Amino acid sequence: MIEEGRALFLQIAESVEDAIIDGSLAEEAQAPSTNELAAFYRINPATAAKGVAMLADKGVLYKRRGIGMFVAPGARELLLRERRAAFADRFVDPLLAEARKLGLTPDDLAQLVRDRASAPAATTEGNVR
Amino acid sequence: MTTATPVIEVKNLTKRYRDTLAVDDVSFTIEKDTIYGLLGRNGAGKTTVMSILTAQNFATSGDVRVFGERPYENARVLERLCFVRESQKYPDDALAKHAFGAARLFFRNWNEELARQLIEDFQLPMKTRIKKMSRGQLSAVGVIIGLAARAEITFFDEPYLGLDAVARQIFYDRLLEDYTEHPRTVILSSHLIDEVANIIERVLVIDRGRIIMNEETDAVRNRAANIVGDANAVDTFVRGREVLHRESLGHVASVTVLGALTAEDRERLAAAGLDVAPVSLQQLIVRTTQHAAARAAASDEGALR
Repeated sequence: MIEEGRALFLQIAESVEDAIIDGSLAEEAQAPSTNELAAFYRINPATAAKGVAMLADKGVLYKRRGIGMFVAPGARELLLRERRAAFADRFVDPLLAEARKLGLTPDDLAQLVRDRASAPAATTEGNVR
Repeated sequence: MTTATPVIEVKNLTKRYRDTLAVDDVSFTIEKDTIYGLLGRNGAGKTTVMSILTAQNFATSGDVRVFGERPYENARVLERLCFVRESQKYPDDALAKHAFGAARLFFRNWNEELARQLIEDFQLPMKTRIKKMSRGQLSAVGVIIGLAARAEITFFDEPYLGLDAVARQIFYDRLLEDYTEHPRTVILSSHLIDEVANIIERVLVIDRGRIIMNEETDAVRNRAANIVGDANAVDTFVRGREVLHRESLGHVASVTVLGALTAEDRERLAAAGLDVAPVSLQQLIVRTTQHAAARAAASDEGALR
């Protein structure tokens, strides 16, 4: 779950962000506490606290005194905007680079994406095997 | 959780054994309520430093302050410390309960319930003489004392010898759990760097008697990267950067470079068809130590010439 070579507090923050993006952590719901995150990921609580603090600075979480951290209204929209902006860099560029290496044109790639997107779920399962 | 209150201050600490320089003019501070990893090769000076901080060994020169005071024959300081040694000796006929009984008397924050829980977790036999215990069981005795003592500063000197992977995981989990509820300063010396990487907030690396790294662990995580690919392209990319390690196979090279990669770096790498692989904390420390050794050797040669 935790990968090497990247700051842990960023990975912890991202795990909370992912839960907000996929809706499992709703806006105005209570976010996992620093100690819960530390225990779950088996990491130093100070590191988990840094991840939570970053989300608070960003306006994704807010503090209710004496209770804990909660997901801010509009957090999901904010995160979606941020992730979409980074999508091309994170996913499309490496895809294009690999395609180029294999002699696939951007058009081939577009066709592939359309094919895969419209393929029934069974095909993907078949590939897993 | 990180406060700027030092509980230990070491200035220009040197320890010489006859003609060996075990600790070479070392200065550092240890912050309150923080878990430190004290890492380094065998003979690097880890145990010597811990023994001096706990007044079990004398410094040749330098100044050591624990809670602002000198630790030697200073009960006010020593009763707040717990040092779990790798080679702790117990009286010949002692049972584990005798060791725990003594610890209960000495450590004022001793928690009997935690001790009982840990005895169960480690399945420690209470009717076996410590002398007859396996290496792992002996280590468990030390670990239980170190955790249940809840001392304000606890030193664990390679506490896991003979402990299997399951028992080590129990140790790490219990340490984190108890630390979360009862924050305190922990200095953990370990060779199993990747196992403790996520637990330690700060990393202190000692090499041939000198501190070569003293930083927040998370800040070190992206400190280096492995660049892999065509040797010429790799060498072009790493020119002007600090190279920690280089190996090659045919015309493929793998080079560990120091310094976080920028977005432009990553673009350049992608354009050059080079791969980037992360470097684990363990690899980084191994490479940094080797690099320091090579540099030291080079400067020795220079001095001879």
